[in-house]
Amino acid sequence: MIDIDIVTLSRLQFAATAMYHFLFVPLTLGLSFLMAIMESVYVMTGREIWRRMTLFWGTCFGINFAMGVATGVVMEFQFGMNWSYYSHYVGDIFGAPLALEGLMAFFLEASFIGLFFFGWDRMSKVGHLVVTWLVAFGANFSALWILVANGWMQHPVGAVFNPDTMRMEVTDFMAVIFNPVAQAKFVHTVSAGYVTGAMFVMAVSAWYLLRGRHQEFAKRSMAVAASFGLAAALSVVVLGDESGYVTTENQKMKIAGMEAMWHTEPAPAAINVIAFPNMEKQENSFAISVPYLLGIIGTRSLTKELPGIVNLVDTAHDKIRDGIEAYVALQKVRANPADAEARAVFDAKWPNLGYGLLVKQFRTDIENATPEDITKAANSTIPNVPVLFWSFRVMVGLGFYFIAFFGAAFWIASRHKLGEKRWTLWLALFSLPLPWLAIESGWLLAEYGRQPWAIEGVLPTFYAASGLTLWDLAISLALFLAIYTVLAIIEVVLMVKTIKKGPLDHNPFESAPAGAGVLPVTAAAAPKL
Amino acid sequence: MSNIVPVDYETLRLIWWLLLGILLIGFAIMDGFDLGIGALLPFVAKTDEERRIVINVVGPVWEGNQVWLILGGGAIFAAFPLLYAVSFSGLYLAMMVILIALILRPVGFKYRSKIGDTGWRSKWDMVLCFCGTVPALILGVAVGNVLLGLPFELDGTLRTFYRGNFFQLLTPFALVAGLVSLSMLIMHGAALLTWKTSGPIADRARTYGRWAALAAIVLFALAGVWVAYGIGGHVLTSAIDPNGPSNPLGKTAMVETGAWLANYKTYPWMMIAPIAGFVGLVLALIGFTIRKPAMTFITSGLGIFGIIATAGVSLFPFLLPSSINPNAGLTIWDASSSHLTLWIMLLSTCFFLPIVLLYTAFIYRVMRGKVTGDSMAKNPNAY
Repeated sequence: MIDIDIVTLSRLQFAATAMYHFLFVPLTLGLSFLMAIMESVYVMTGREIWRRMTLFWGTCFGINFAMGVATGVVMEFQFGMNWSYYSHYVGDIFGAPLALEGLMAFFLEASFIGLFFFGWDRMSKVGHLVVTWLVAFGANFSALWILVANGWMQHPVGAVFNPDTMRMEVTDFMAVIFNPVAQAKFVHTVSAGYVTGAMFVMAVSAWYLLRGRHQEFAKRSMAVAASFGLAAALSVVVLGDESGYVTTENQKMKIAGMEAMWHTEPAPAAINVIAFPNMEKQENSFAISVPYLLGIIGTRSLTKELPGIVNLVDTAHDKIRDGIEAYVALQKVRANPADAEARAVFDAKWPNLGYGLLVKQFRTDIENATPEDITKAANSTIPNVPVLFWSFRVMVGLGFYFIAFFGAAFWIASRHKLGEKRWTLWLALFSLPLPWLAIESGWLLAEYGRQPWAIEGVLPTFYAASGLTLWDLAISLALFLAIYTVLAIIEVVLMVKTIKKGPLDHNPFESAPAGAGVLPVTAAAAPKL
Repeated sequence: MSNIVPVDYETLRLIWWLLLGILLIGFAIMDGFDLGIGALLPFVAKTDEERRIVINVVGPVWEGNQVWLILGGGAIFAAFPLLYAVSFSGLYLAMMVILIALILRPVGFKYRSKIGDTGWRSKWDMVLCFCGTVPALILGVAVGNVLLGLPFELDGTLRTFYRGNFFQLLTPFALVAGLVSLSMLIMHGAALLTWKTSGPIADRARTYGRWAALAAIVLFALAGVWVAYGIGGHVLTSAIDPNGPSNPLGKTAMVETGAWLANYKTYPWMMIAPIAGFVGLVLALIGFTIRKPAMTFITSGLGIFGIIATAGVSLFPFLLPSSINPNAGLTIWDASSSHLTLWIMLLSTCFFLPIVLLYTAFIYRVMRGKVTGDSMAKNPNAY
C-alpha cells in the first residue's frame, strides 16, 4: 500500500514551493515587457529620463528575478525527487516541454539578463534595447513551455499507454504543443503577469507621488503601466473565459466543482453567485443563483447541458469498472505478451485505466474490488468544492476590478491628470497585493481543482508519489520553510530599500561616482573583512 | 508514429547518451567555474573591493550558466525518464542539499551588494563559499555512487524502491570522487580568475589553482586505480535488444571487480577520455605556472571534459547500475524515452543548442576584458 502521509506531505511541499515560486514569476513576466517598452521610448526619443526609468524598474526586476531563478530550480528537480512514479509514467511526454523550456526560453532570458545589467556601457543603444526585448521574450517563452506541460496534466492529449514499458508514450507531439488548454492557459497566465507588473509600477509610482518625490519619473511610469495594464486586464479576463470554456469540454468535474453544481440542471443551467457548499450532504446549504447564466457562459449555447457533481460520480463508477478490466488485461499482457485477447481488451479499455487505479487507495488487489470500494473510489473524484467555488470567485472578482482600475487609470492618464486626486493614489498603493491574490487563487483553482488526479483521468496523485520516508519529507519541508521564510523577508526588505532610495537623479554613465549603485563599505569596518 | 522517424531507435539512444554527456560537461565547464569561484571567494579575495571584483567576474554570466544545470535536468527527464525518476528520488536528501545551495547562490550574488554593512556582506561571502563548495563535492559523490551502484529496486510496474539513506552515500570511494569533482572545479574557477582579474587576486588564484590541479591529477589517478582493483563494475549477462522497448527488467547483469575497465579493451579509442583528462589537468598545471591564463582555462576545461567522459564511457552501456539487484540497473538501451520523443528532442536540440552557443559566445565577447575597480565603478548595476 502507498503511504498516504507521504503523499500528503509531498503534495503540501509541492503546492507550497510552486505557489511560492509563482510569487516571483508574474512580476518577471510583466516588468520585463514594461522595461522593454520604456527602453524603446528612450531609444526612439533619446530622452534620458526613460533610461533612468528602465534602470530603476530593472533594479526591482533583478531583485525579483534572483528569487524566481532560485525557486524555479526546485520545481524542475521536484518531479524526480517527490514524484518519481509520475516522472516514469509520463516522462516521455512531460519531460520534453521542460527540456525545451530550458533550451529555447530560459537560456535566452538568463543569458541576456546578464547583458541587460552589465552591457549598458558596452553596447550601442539599439543593441542594448534588443537585449532587453530578448529577456522579455525569453521570459514569456518560458511560460509557454511550462504551460504546455501543465496543459497536458489538465488535458492529456496525443499519448497512449504502452504495456511493454508501463508508461504513457507520445504519439502526436503537435497535439501536445497545440493543446487548446495549454494555449488558453498560456495567454491567460502571461496576461496575469502583465497585470501584476503594471500594478507594481502603478503602486510604487503612486507612493512617490504621495510623497511628492520623482514626479516626472512616476507620472511617466504610470502612464505606461496604465495602458499596458488595461490591455492585460482585458486579455486576462477574456482568455480566462476561454480557459474556462475549454475546461467545460475536458474537466467537467472541475467546472461543476467551482460552480458548486451538485446536480445536472436542464439547459441552460443557473449560476450560483454565492453558495455555501456542503461536501457531506452533497448540496449547497445556501445559494443565491441567477438563472440560465452558467449554461450560456459555460457551453456558449442554450441547449447543451452541464453535468452536475453527483451525476459525474455516477459516470465515474462505470469508468472505474472499465479501468479495473483494463488493469486485469494489463496483468495478463505482462505475464504473456502474446495474449492477443487480453491485448484487445486492454486496447479498448486503457483510457480508463487511471480510474481503475483510483481503487488502489483502498486496496492493492484492485481486481477484487467490491462495489463499496468502487463507490469510495468514485466519490474520491469530487474535488474540494468550497475551496474551488470561492477561489474562483476571488479570482474573477479581482479580474473585473483590474479592468475597472486600469480603465480609470488610463482615462486619467490620457487627460494628464495623474496624481491630482490623492485618493486615487492611495487606491493604487493599496491595490498592490491584489494581483498576487488573484493569481494564487487561480492556481489553487487549476491545480487543487484537478485533484484527485496528477494527470487528469490518467494518473491519480497518490499513485504518482515517490516512496520516501517521513524523515525525508520532514527534513525537506523544514528546510524549505526556513529558507523560504528568511529569503522572503530579505527580498521584501531589499525591495522596500530600493524603492525608498528611488531612481537615480543623474546620468550614471557620464560622471559616475565610485561604486554608484553599490553602497561602499564604511571605512572603519572595512579592514575587518 | 515511430514509423515516421528516419533514424533507428538504437542510434537515437546512442546519440542521446552522447548529448547527455555534452550537456553535463557543458554544465561542469560553464557553471563549474561559478562554483569554483564561489568556493575560492573568501580565500582569493580579502578586502570588500577584491570580493566584489571576484563576484563581478561571474556577475554577468551566472544566470545563463545555471541554465546548463536546468537543461541537464530537463534533458535527463525527457530522454531517460527512469534515470531521472530513480536517481532524483533515491538521492533525495543529497539533492536537497544541492538545491539549498542553488537557491542561496543566485540570491547571494544579487543581494550581497545591496547593503553596505560589513556583517551582511561577510555572511553572504560565507554563503557563496558554501554554495560553491557543497554542490561541487556532492555532485562528485553522486557520480562515485553511480559507479558503485545505487541500492534501488524496481517492481513489475517500474515503481522504484530505494533501500539506502544519505549517510550511506559517503563511502571512501565516493568521497574520493567528490574530491576529484571539487578540486577540478576549484582549478577551473581559479583559471578564470587568473584570466579575468589582475594583481593580488590573480596571484592568489594562481597558487590555489596550481594546488587544485595537482590534487585533481592525484585524485583522478587514485580513483582510476580504485575502479580497477577495488570496486565491482556491472556486466550484462543476457542479450539486450538496443531497439527494444524501454523496460530494464528484461535483462540480467552481474557484478565483477574491475569490469568498469572492460570497455577500454573492447573499444580502445575510449582511452581518449582518460588521456584527455590527464593531459588537460597537466597542461592546466603548466599553464598556471607559466602564467598563460587563456591556455590554463581552456586546458582545464579539457581536463573536466576528460574526467566526466571517463566516468561516462566506463559505465557504458549502463547509466545507473543497481547495487542490490544488478538486473534492475538502467542502461541506455532500456531506460530511454520512446523512439518518437528522442527524435523530436534531437531535432529541437540540433536547432537550438547551436543558437544558444552562438549567443553565449557573443555575450562573453561583449563582456571580455579584466574586471577591475574602475570597470565596476562605471556600471551602476555592478554587484
